[in-house]
Amino acid sequence: MISFINVLVNGLLLGGIYAITAMGLSLQYGVARILNIAHGEFIMVGAFLTFVLHTKLGINPLFGLAVAGPVLFVVGYLIQRILFKTLKDRTPTPAAFEGSSMLMAFGILFVVQSIAIFIWGTNVQGYSYLAYSVYLGDIRFSVNRLVILVISVLICLLFYLFLTRTRTGKAIRAASQDPDAAGLMGVNINRMLALCFAFGAMMAGFAGMLISMVFPIYTTMGMQYTIIAIIVVVLGGLGSIPGSMIGGFLLGIFSAIVSAKDPGLTMAAYYLLFLVLLLVKPSGIFGR
Amino acid sequence: MQILHVEGLTKYFGGLAAVSGVDFTVEEGEILGLIGPNGAGKTTLFNLISGTLVPNAGKVLFKGEKISGLKPYVICRKGLVRTFQSCKIFPEMSVFQNVLLGALFGAPENIAWKQAADVAEEAIAFVGLSAFHDLPAGSLTLVNQKRVEVARALATEPELLMLDEMMAGLNPTEVGEAMELVKRIRDRGITIIMIEHVMKAIMNICGRIIVLDHGKKIAEGTPEEISTSKTVIEIYLGE
Amino acid sequence: MKQSKRIAKYILPVVIVLLVALMAVVPFFTDPYKVVFLRTILMFVILTLSWSLFSGTTGYTSLATAAFYGAGLYTTAYLGEKLPLPLMVVCGGITAFALALLMGAITLRLKGIYFAIFTLSSVELIKQVLHWYEINIVGVRGHYVTRVNDVTVYYVLLVITVLLVLTIYLIKRSRYGLALNSIGSCEEAAAHIGINVVGLKILAYAISSFFIGMAGAIMATGMLYIDSYVAFDLNYSFFPTLMAIFGGLGNILGPLVGAAVFTYLREILITKYSYHYMLIFGTVMVLTILYLPSGLIGLAQNIWKKLTTPAPTKGLKTEGGKHADTSC
Repeated sequence: MISFINVLVNGLLLGGIYAITAMGLSLQYGVARILNIAHGEFIMVGAFLTFVLHTKLGINPLFGLAVAGPVLFVVGYLIQRILFKTLKDRTPTPAAFEGSSMLMAFGILFVVQSIAIFIWGTNVQGYSYLAYSVYLGDIRFSVNRLVILVISVLICLLFYLFLTRTRTGKAIRAASQDPDAAGLMGVNINRMLALCFAFGAMMAGFAGMLISMVFPIYTTMGMQYTIIAIIVVVLGGLGSIPGSMIGGFLLGIFSAIVSAKDPGLTMAAYYLLFLVLLLVKPSGIFGR
Repeated sequence: MQILHVEGLTKYFGGLAAVSGVDFTVEEGEILGLIGPNGAGKTTLFNLISGTLVPNAGKVLFKGEKISGLKPYVICRKGLVRTFQSCKIFPEMSVFQNVLLGALFGAPENIAWKQAADVAEEAIAFVGLSAFHDLPAGSLTLVNQKRVEVARALATEPELLMLDEMMAGLNPTEVGEAMELVKRIRDRGITIIMIEHVMKAIMNICGRIIVLDHGKKIAEGTPEEISTSKTVIEIYLGE
Repeated sequence: MKQSKRIAKYILPVVIVLLVALMAVVPFFTDPYKVVFLRTILMFVILTLSWSLFSGTTGYTSLATAAFYGAGLYTTAYLGEKLPLPLMVVCGGITAFALALLMGAITLRLKGIYFAIFTLSSVELIKQVLHWYEINIVGVRGHYVTRVNDVTVYYVLLVITVLLVLTIYLIKRSRYGLALNSIGSCEEAAAHIGINVVGLKILAYAISSFFIGMAGAIMATGMLYIDSYVAFDLNYSFFPTLMAIFGGLGNILGPLVGAAVFTYLREILITKYSYHYMLIFGTVMVLTILYLPSGLIGLAQNIWKKLTTPAPTKGLKTEGGKHADTSC
């Protein structure tokens, strides 16, 4: 029972991080039609920003939320406006844009990663923050994991409220369902696309900050998180934000169960689950 | 002689029956019209016969042989070919290459390149597109793109041709030409089933008409019978 | 115009024969480093051409090149010492061919971005499963490979390249080449005019993978040690795709030139600016996609057109009037 609860908590912790990561990617793909292969690089940048602030300047990692998020928001906004907007205007069809934007994201991946290596090197880094345990009853919980879980759930909830309750959020959802119709209804599509990409990058920043608190970080860590995000996004249905949220938690729990049995098989199990899902129900668990 | 026999054909999308329990037969050499309001299941019926979709129940017999469940390419090689409502051509390829593909792959037996080229040339000339032979098919006007599609279908040397809204979007002159073309195809000995909204065309060239509504066959008869049928008028004019 | 076309028809084969002849004698005149360099170029040329044989024509973006390349590498790692070299290379090809048949058969339903994601994930799945298998079942991670000298590797790659170009040329000229293009253009229409689209796609995928696997099998002999992370490196999936687009899709020349120029640039950048190479590389990539959407060949064709067309530029000959909303 105790071990089961531990597995569950670990799963929820991973799930929270995955959910945030995937929500970011989902915004970028669902609305802007950019399968952002460089998503993981933004996560890496968020993680390193938090790391540097904490180790060099002694700033609380949780404050990294207020730095990594906004910084990446601006970066994301600019990238969409300068690069992807230009590409979209030059590409004849949406299908062609889907392909070429993915490749362009690849170029961005190289640029971001090489700058990061230039600044931060290639060593594995980490720091410890709140790395002690508390007992609730008989069960031991490490505090930083609980904090991460709480923060990630909060971010998910806040973002969901943003999407459902605010004008901008509603416009984003409208644009994700039917960009043309939303445009006709007076939604400024170009602004929405830039916003969505920026929010996606911001989510990556948040995820990076959370990851840096419990996992080792290194400048080439991006791709693994990108791939996990893609898996979760497909799991939840391409473009569905709530789907990504739930999918993230499901994959987190799944991964915790598998790694409790044999940690070496975790990644393999992800891919297997993912491939089977793609074959059986490509529209995702919650897809229409 | 019966060329096509459809029996109890049914297809569900989700819980909704798009086509339910449709029976009809087509006689060799006739032009059969298929009409009905939007969403009546006409195109779904074509999809079921041509193999695009697999029916949930019922069967399709072509020249006495069961073809439902077979792949579209197999059905095409047996001599049953269709065109699409939203004209599906290969836009970057030349008109000749479009039609040549039909000749190369659609015939019941493998034919040599040279022979296929002759078949394609003949089909292009037949629909009156010889002047556009080497142009990219995507650069043609709508009416000519539809002719490319018909020529490509004819190049597969079919016995039964299914035309899905061939006349939609054409002007009156073009509709007249299209009607001529359909009759000339029939005169080649090819049986035709056509979905059409242009009533003038249907009433003029079809020997027999089937009316679909909500996935069911609600009437069948000669143009005169259909145009005076009370049920059909109700469906088209609403009560 | 027609005459220049007829001349062009003869120029290309002559150029190719001369090029192959030149490449065949190069090892006698250059230092070993250059041979290794050319070897890398040939390897990427094979990967890129094979990729475009399937993905460039059908429009299905396969990101499983690394899986087929890795299958080739691993075939050598397991069988290398038991078989003569040519047989081993063919075995690598066959392994990749079989893998592609399997993957093709299960991915039939997937279209567009789903196919790309699926193929990408298959590479990772194979990598992870193999890694787990080696550590937990075999107990040893990776394999040591007996090295074959670089010049031999180079010649084998040259032979594979020639065979591949010949294969692509024959396919393109045949009815099947035309049919593959029709799948890329409008698959549904292709299926309804008698083309066995499923069979054709799988076969084309397997044939293209055969060459990738052969390249992997011979390249393995240039390495000392192979494990699943080395063999199933996703860069082998991404680079050929980029190189093909960089060169320009649509004919044999684009991917060929793309792979050669791209690999050349990459090697130069790595040796001269090893710290900044990825930065420059990424920037070039972004700029290429933005400003050279039809690749180097597209650029060359545009320049050629401007030079040969008299002042009032004749646009593409099209027929006036209203245009159709085709769904493909």
